[in-house]
Amino acid sequence: MEPLPSTDAVIDIRDLYTRYGTAAVHQGVSLAVRPGEVFALVGGSGCGKSTLLRAIIMLLRPESGSIRVFGQETIGLSDEEALPLRRRWGVMFERGALFSSLTVAENVAMVLREHTQLSQQLIDEVVALKIALTGLPADAGAKYPSELSGGMRKRAALARAIALDPELLFLDEPTAGLDPLSASGIDELVGNLRDALGLTIMMVTHDLDLLWRAADRVAVLDGGHILGVGTMMELSEAEHPVIREYFYGPRGRAAREQAWKKK
Amino acid sequence: MAAEKIVQSMAEIDAADGAVRCSGAWTVRGIARLEQRLPAFPWPAGNDLVIDCSAISSFDTSGAWVLHRTVRLLERQGRNVQTRGLRPEFGALLQLVAARATTSRPAAAAAPGVLAGIGHWAWHGMHGLFDMLAFVGESAVALLRSVLQPHRIRWRPILRNLQTAGFEALPITGLLSFLMGIVIAYQGADQLQRFGANIFIADLVGLSMLRELAPLLTAIIVAGRSGSAYAAQIGTMKVTEEIDALRTIGIGTQELLVLPKMIALIIALPLLTVYCDVTGLLGGMLMARSKLDVSFDVFINRLGDAISLSSFLTGVAKAPVFAAIIALVGCFQGLQVSGSADSVGRQTTVSVVQSIFLVIVADALFSVVFNWLKI
Repeated sequence: MEPLPSTDAVIDIRDLYTRYGTAAVHQGVSLAVRPGEVFALVGGSGCGKSTLLRAIIMLLRPESGSIRVFGQETIGLSDEEALPLRRRWGVMFERGALFSSLTVAENVAMVLREHTQLSQQLIDEVVALKIALTGLPADAGAKYPSELSGGMRKRAALARAIALDPELLFLDEPTAGLDPLSASGIDELVGNLRDALGLTIMMVTHDLDLLWRAADRVAVLDGGHILGVGTMMELSEAEHPVIREYFYGPRGRAAREQAWKKK
Repeated sequence: MAAEKIVQSMAEIDAADGAVRCSGAWTVRGIARLEQRLPAFPWPAGNDLVIDCSAISSFDTSGAWVLHRTVRLLERQGRNVQTRGLRPEFGALLQLVAARATTSRPAAAAAPGVLAGIGHWAWHGMHGLFDMLAFVGESAVALLRSVLQPHRIRWRPILRNLQTAGFEALPITGLLSFLMGIVIAYQGADQLQRFGANIFIADLVGLSMLRELAPLLTAIIVAGRSGSAYAAQIGTMKVTEEIDALRTIGIGTQELLVLPKMIALIIALPLLTVYCDVTGLLGGMLMARSKLDVSFDVFINRLGDAISLSSFLTGVAKAPVFAAIIALVGCFQGLQVSGSADSVGRQTTVSVVQSIFLVIVADALFSVVFNWLKI
């Protein structure tokens, strides 16, 4: 893993320290996400994966270190300065975070109405297209989030995240809480979106199947440090005991065998 | 250079020598101006049309959609359209968009007629009334069960509710009732002075505060303070499925959530009312001395003659009824929440409006009954 020059990397994190109250979450985390790759962040519960994601999308201010996205330093940016950057990425939250008072179509349209000058008719058409792209049926657009199943809600959240055709997409636990069928639908969707839209995707996940099927590179986070970065193949041969435990636990082995069979 | 950059960030389309040429950024941000120009675009005549896309510098789903839509529109006019020169990755995107394109937009539900609207409204109103009645019945049964089996009463939440709804409401209710006493004495002072009946200020303030204003004022403040809190708390618990969780664990919502609130409020509201009686009289006394020269001891002496025990008791006796109304309406509206954050806000508003309305209606009924009983 040779370090990339910061201008090439879409996300470039250097020596990041984060703190939640008195507990140190990250102690010197460095990462680089390359353009066009599906990058996954894994680790046990409470290891700070989601915190790292929140730090990158500027919902949380780290203590020290540097986070550069598209070559621009994000730490210390005001909301106004961050706006152009925020328009270039989409975020899908773990529980969807759809606006419950709006229908799915209105949720997606809101982003377009806020940030573009498209006509109402074109917005409606683009919204219908985005909803279709995430694999939702056409009638889902008129429904409220509370009327959708968990899997449909995730897809709707994804439709909102890709509303502006972002260059970078953050997915927080895209398959958590889904049945295997919906989850493998999401696996496929992530791959398809990357191929079709040329996105860079950074995701936080526990899902080993998703990692084997969709992730180009994976970083393992534990105890505030990055233990290893690499493809799933490379990581599954790593020596570090925590990584081995992660990938060679009973579920890890099953997912690995599945992936082998596919290849 | 600057001009070139502007062109680059916008989608462009020109027709020259019978060929159409697309260029620039066909993206969600660059497409807006082009979209306005497209309907009036002078397409070259002739049946065969070639659209040259080699100069498109960036392309996203919105741009692809506009291109796809335009081509389809032209084809529907009977032309033969060919797109040429699109970069392979852009071509793949165009194909994806074409494959997923949906023409069927969900039709907006037709607005119901006036008559249907009235019907719906009446139907919902009637259902709401039945639900409310059922809820009151359930609560009464739960209350009865608790009284018969006192060990099942949950004292800890009752005490906590006593603190939040009763003790912590002391400053605000006290202050408002004190001010209300001042206002009544001030309004009465002029009239009484005209007849030289200064001393009757004690009758005026005493009777109106004790019989009517203190119980009503306290109930309205508590409805706004605690009734809304009950609705919001239970409503949020409904949204996060905590109510369902309680049910599966086998703990009745009535027993855990409704009864402690109701019992605490039934204890707290009469006490608050007595407290407001006192602060209201204090306010009246203060005003009587400064405006009518009725000293404190004269005022208090007169109070003893003017106010019978029954006047005091009729006021305090209303409080538990008001308390039950506020707690029941708050909890009931909380349980009516469905799904969204929006609904929590709506039901909370409804709970406050409804409980204040019902408190005033109940107060009017009390007046009728007391008049009838000649108390």
